[in-house]
Amino acid sequence: MELYKEKRPLGKIRFTVTLSVIALFIIGFVSAFSDETNYAANEEIYATVKKDSIKSVEAFKKVYAVLQSPRCVNCHPSGDIPLQGDDSRLHAMFPKRGVDGKGILTMKCTNCHQTENTAGLKTPPGSPEWHLPSATMKMVFQGRSAHELAKQLVDLKQNGNKDLKALIAHADDGLVKWGWTPGEGRTLPPISHAEFKEAWITWLTTGAYAPTQQGLDGSNLKN
Amino acid sequence: MNSIRINKKKYTVNVDSEMPLLWFLRDHVGLTGTKYGCGVAQCGACVVHLDGEAVRSCVTKMKRAIGKEVITIEGLSEHGDHPLQLAWKDVDVPQCGYCHAGQIMSAAVLLRERLDPTDQDIDDAMTGNICRCGTYSRIRKAIHHAAELQKQKG
Ligand code: FES
Ligand code: FES
Repeated sequence: MELYKEKRPLGKIRFTVTLSVIALFIIGFVSAFSDETNYAANEEIYATVKKDSIKSVEAFKKVYAVLQSPRCVNCHPSGDIPLQGDDSRLHAMFPKRGVDGKGILTMKCTNCHQTENTAGLKTPPGSPEWHLPSATMKMVFQGRSAHELAKQLVDLKQNGNKDLKALIAHADDGLVKWGWTPGEGRTLPPISHAEFKEAWITWLTTGAYAPTQQGLDGSNLKN
Repeated sequence: MNSIRINKKKYTVNVDSEMPLLWFLRDHVGLTGTKYGCGVAQCGACVVHLDGEAVRSCVTKMKRAIGKEVITIEGLSEHGDHPLQLAWKDVDVPQCGYCHAGQIMSAAVLLRERLDPTDQDIDDAMTGNICRCGTYSRIRKAIHHAAELQKQKG
């Protein structure tokens, strides 16, 4: 009797686990492109897409690690004040984003930030076009899960209307590349720009799959 | 070609283009009203107007300033009678005075953009100008007063 009693709940657990694993497969491998017309807008590029959910999610692990590094997050804050430092604290003086992302009144970004890094420790970094995303297109990275960020990055309404072609080109954007030449005292993203670019393009051209909400641990997808 | 206009006067620039504008203003042109506080864009003592923007001259190199229009505290008004200068005197704002060229130059951009600035506007615009003597409440009062004077002036 006792054995029988023990067996039934175990069977139930097994059944639930099996269902969960199947569900994870389904949720995990949903393409982040909610609307495939994003692809269709650029047929030429779309033709290069070869859907591969496993490769895509693997590539996004690298992409996500870079986008969550302080060099990227600091200018993609959830609030309207940029962040600074490797600990992503609020920017000293609390400059505000402004409508165009270039600051307000006397506190415009380029009043301090030049077109290049200022020499020395704890001096303003710089690059041409130094700015935050605009108030109407905040492109927040701070606090976004891998799942959320993947979806956001390919959503035209949240990514600055960038289609696949524009997204691929964005890997070589001046401010993006600045992340790898951030000036003295600032740690670099976890992988090189070349590795990032490769992962970024792989992610996009294998279907831009969003990892599960559970995180990036691929093992729960493979089991 | 290598010229710059400072307080409506044209100057030829024959210095290293990497030189900070602040050095040029103080050491080469002799305009010492603009002050050196930190040298790393942290204090606001060196604020001047570059094509109308309140830039920090300690980190602005000559190569950016060449061909542009610079206004310093000496050129803010012809007779020292900009509403902010009058208000600063009326309210008796400065303590040691060191930060105030920068304070006034920042406030001038604020008053240009907001004819009747709120306390929030003042907080937002003046947050990058540090005063070691802590004259902040008088600065706020003087900016409101200057807004009034500006209105009366029409
Ligand atoms: S001296 Fe330029 S901001 Fe301090
Ligand atoms: S009055 Fe002394 S630093 Fe401002």
